[in-house]
Amino acid sequence: MIRIIKFVILDIIKNKIVLAYTLLLAIFAWSAFSLEDTSAKGVLSLLNIILLIVPLVSVLFTTIYIYNSAEFVELLTSQPIKRNKIWISLFIGLSGSMAIAFFLGAGVPLFIYTEPSLSLIMVSIGMLISLVFVSLAFLSASITRDKAKGIGMSIMLWLYFALLFDALVLFLLFQLSDYPIEKMMIGITATSPIDLARILILLHLDVSAMMGYTGAIFKKFFGSAEGMVIAFFLLTLWVAIPYYISLRIFKRKDL
Amino acid sequence: MIETRHLNKRFGRLQALDKISVHCQSSQSIALIGPNGCGKTTLIKSVLGMVVPDSGDILFKEKSIKKDYTYRNHIGYMPQIGRYPDNMTIGQVLDMIINIRSYQGTLDEDLVREFGIEQMKNKRMRTLSGGTRQKVSACLAFIFNPDVLILDEPTAGLDPIASEILKEKIIAEKQNGKLILITSHLLSELDDMITQIIFMQEGRLVFHKNITELHAETGENRISKAIAQILKKQKA
Repeated sequence: MIRIIKFVILDIIKNKIVLAYTLLLAIFAWSAFSLEDTSAKGVLSLLNIILLIVPLVSVLFTTIYIYNSAEFVELLTSQPIKRNKIWISLFIGLSGSMAIAFFLGAGVPLFIYTEPSLSLIMVSIGMLISLVFVSLAFLSASITRDKAKGIGMSIMLWLYFALLFDALVLFLLFQLSDYPIEKMMIGITATSPIDLARILILLHLDVSAMMGYTGAIFKKFFGSAEGMVIAFFLLTLWVAIPYYISLRIFKRKDL
Repeated sequence: MIETRHLNKRFGRLQALDKISVHCQSSQSIALIGPNGCGKTTLIKSVLGMVVPDSGDILFKEKSIKKDYTYRNHIGYMPQIGRYPDNMTIGQVLDMIINIRSYQGTLDEDLVREFGIEQMKNKRMRTLSGGTRQKVSACLAFIFNPDVLILDEPTAGLDPIASEILKEKIIAEKQNGKLILITSHLLSELDDMITQIIFMQEGRLVFHKNITELHAETGENRISKAIAQILKKQKA
């Protein structure tokens, strides 16, 4: 299995796109911190990148990579290797590369410019978000054989979580503002990994005042150590569940 | 050595395998024949675990392959259309498979030598012709000296010289007591290679017979003619 992981990682390095992505993240991060006068502002602009660019690159690159390795996977399935191991190796190779890319690109400047507790949270959330979208990519690539459909599905997932979900939540908030829906909002947040990440970081940044009444409720829930643990746990579920479903599908798939 | 029990597989509306039960023993060379789309490749891929049957079981050396994957150490498989990662070179593909299989014995590099693969080592898979791909597939099937060889249309696309080299290799391996499963539409070239025939039609097993039996029944001593006669009888 280690040999397959090594092979996948070498292949991704040879592909150079992930290297370019690392470089791009680094440029964004360094310029965000050196252009803004306070590091808090830098963190905010970096946050937008984490919540938009990181999911997009992770989900698209992974989906296309999986489709492109169809031949490789097919070749391996006729060899004495457990099917699980092929899929797990692909996942470890891809998610490892994306997480390391984030760590090297955005993590290093974060550790230099911000206080340790904040940078630790930002880096771990960025890496988790990368994994969540790698895992979602595995799901869409395993559902259909059709490359265009699979990539389309990945783009839709990104659009939904990165852009549409927020609009829906806002719409709900305005429509139901006369009712006590704060508790429900917390539940809804859990259904979007990007929102979970955003709230976790905003709360830590002390800009939650901008989030109004619901922000206060979120603060009460997420701000405490307990809330943080729950949010991290939910994000981990967002990695585990889509990947597990894709593994189940892959094990029964005809090649 | 390989036994299938009531294998069933559907692809949508198509019944690709319909209660297939066959028993293949070692030192047999078996031809799987039948019209296009009769389920030959599906049967082969089920044995390899690449297609998961809907029901039924496959035994390899008396053990079910469902929970086991190590049995594939003993199988060399040459696919009909070899699909390989485009941006790898021939040498890299061979090295990768050798590396991943962690094979301990000595490699059987006869075909690598005779096909002149060494000289093409740095060519990328994407640039290869269909025939050269077939040669790579053949090398991969034979290189680990497996007990069972499964060859899906081995000579399709090979030039006459290469196809002769491969045929001689198959005959040599058969004499070494290996089980060989071949699918082919070129019945004429099977004559000197095989000992048994499995004939399939629309996913069903029509018959599984020894060549000698077939010759005796039909009075023909060429496979192509014997099969033609059987088909005519079926229609009548």
